[in-house]
Amino acid sequence: MSGLTRRHALIGASGLLLAGCDRIVASPTVKRVIGLGENASRSAQRLVAGNALAPEFSAADISPVFRVNGNTRPTAAAYLDLMADGFARWQLAVDGLVARPLSLSLAQLRAMPQRTQITRHDCVEGWSAIAEWTGAPLALLLRAAQVSSRARYAVFHCADDFDGTPYYESIDLSEAMHPQTILAHTMNRQPLSVGHGAPLRLRVERQLGYKQAKYVMRVELVDDLARFYGGKGGYWEDHSGYQWWAGI
Amino acid sequence: MTIATNRGIMNAMASSPLILRIRWPVRLWHWINALSVFIMLMSGMMIFNAHPRLYWGKFGANFDKAWLEIGNHGTRGYVALAGHEVPTTGLLGYAQSTALAFPPILTIPSSYGLSAARGWHFFFAWILVASLVAFLVYALVSGHLRRDLALTREERRPSHLAQDLWDHARLRFPRGEAARRYNPLQKIAYLSVVGILLPLLILTGLTMSPTMNAVLPWLLDLLGGRQSARSLHFIAALGIAGFIAVHLLMVVLAGPINELRAMITGWYRLPPERRP
Repeated sequence: MSGLTRRHALIGASGLLLAGCDRIVASPTVKRVIGLGENASRSAQRLVAGNALAPEFSAADISPVFRVNGNTRPTAAAYLDLMADGFARWQLAVDGLVARPLSLSLAQLRAMPQRTQITRHDCVEGWSAIAEWTGAPLALLLRAAQVSSRARYAVFHCADDFDGTPYYESIDLSEAMHPQTILAHTMNRQPLSVGHGAPLRLRVERQLGYKQAKYVMRVELVDDLARFYGGKGGYWEDHSGYQWWAGI
Repeated sequence: MTIATNRGIMNAMASSPLILRIRWPVRLWHWINALSVFIMLMSGMMIFNAHPRLYWGKFGANFDKAWLEIGNHGTRGYVALAGHEVPTTGLLGYAQSTALAFPPILTIPSSYGLSAARGWHFFFAWILVASLVAFLVYALVSGHLRRDLALTREERRPSHLAQDLWDHARLRFPRGEAARRYNPLQKIAYLSVVGILLPLLILTGLTMSPTMNAVLPWLLDLLGGRQSARSLHFIAALGIAGFIAVHLLMVVLAGPINELRAMITGWYRLPPERRP
């Protein structure tokens, strides 16, 4: 009996401790202070990273199976319609704060100078997979569109959604202009599969997996992220509080 | 023990001198580091919960072979080491009615929350690194490293180390004048933490950052790839947890009041010499 009560007392005490800890974690002031860590990481990494290239690997390093993650098959009728004829009528829009908005077909994107890179994809959860990606450097598209000096971010609007909330992501212009930042249509020398984001996905190689937006339909150049959806710059940032700076 | 001998020890305690054993910079660093390390361990366990599998090499995900996995079959928790499953229900894999690798009592936050755990981990990483750098600079400049932590030529002799090991095994800790200094095993433990485990945790932590891989590609190669770095990060954290367990046990065995007072105020009462 006394063993039982002691056990209950321990469970009760640990419950109180947990409740106390969780109150601290949930406090808005504490959240603000903890958020300063993200600012510090972003500033420090911006300072030291410059235009340094993400490591590239050899063909022997490619993962035998690259796990599909997030949405694996968009359900929007407009997307399914485009998919039905192999994305022949699909167009990528580049607009927002640009002098010359673009609308590009897959064939036009493939006709541009291409970059191929074997890089590692790091999920925020901790796993990694290596693949070869081919696509058009985003910097070429942005130069062609003549981005305004007021633009600070590129927002990627996607065809997939979670319960009706569209997926989107954003990166700053220094990441957008990085030579390894490409819009990939080819993975491991095959056209991008629907599971991996057909017909086009972002590869931004110095950032975590949730930045690698799949099913990209539109690249919008903006000066502020606050007006999009939850205002935090991306679906997972809005929905689960993931850090916008995904370099760590 | 009789009342008379007890009083004898009390008298001896009262007459043995108080010495200033730990200077304020070391005390301040100890407590900042203790707080950061606990928060790093607890938030780190929640980050691990997001993908409770460890791999060796450049990549690793669900379809690749894990050398360590903490998981569950329904309400039965297990740890699988190199494919061999050990049941751990109630401790790891499934505990507190929660199907996570590390149970709520051990993690920050207590219920599944990867983004909050990452927020806490990376905030306190700055504090841990800044305070460790400050401590190392102080230890070098003030002579703390040379005077108090480095093993003397005599202490480095195998026979001396063996004797110290034998004394520890019998829980015979130094007393009187000998207790002014750290003993050799204690020095080795402290040096391993500040010289090996904490630096390894910091370097393997940096190696998991994709932006830092671009800045320090040699570090990625040196550690054998990102998933190897993640495994080493976990092993070093386990080493820190092991150090904390032994450290706290030693504090309790050596006299928790005296030891705690020393780490808070700096003043330590030398345990009286044993009667011959």
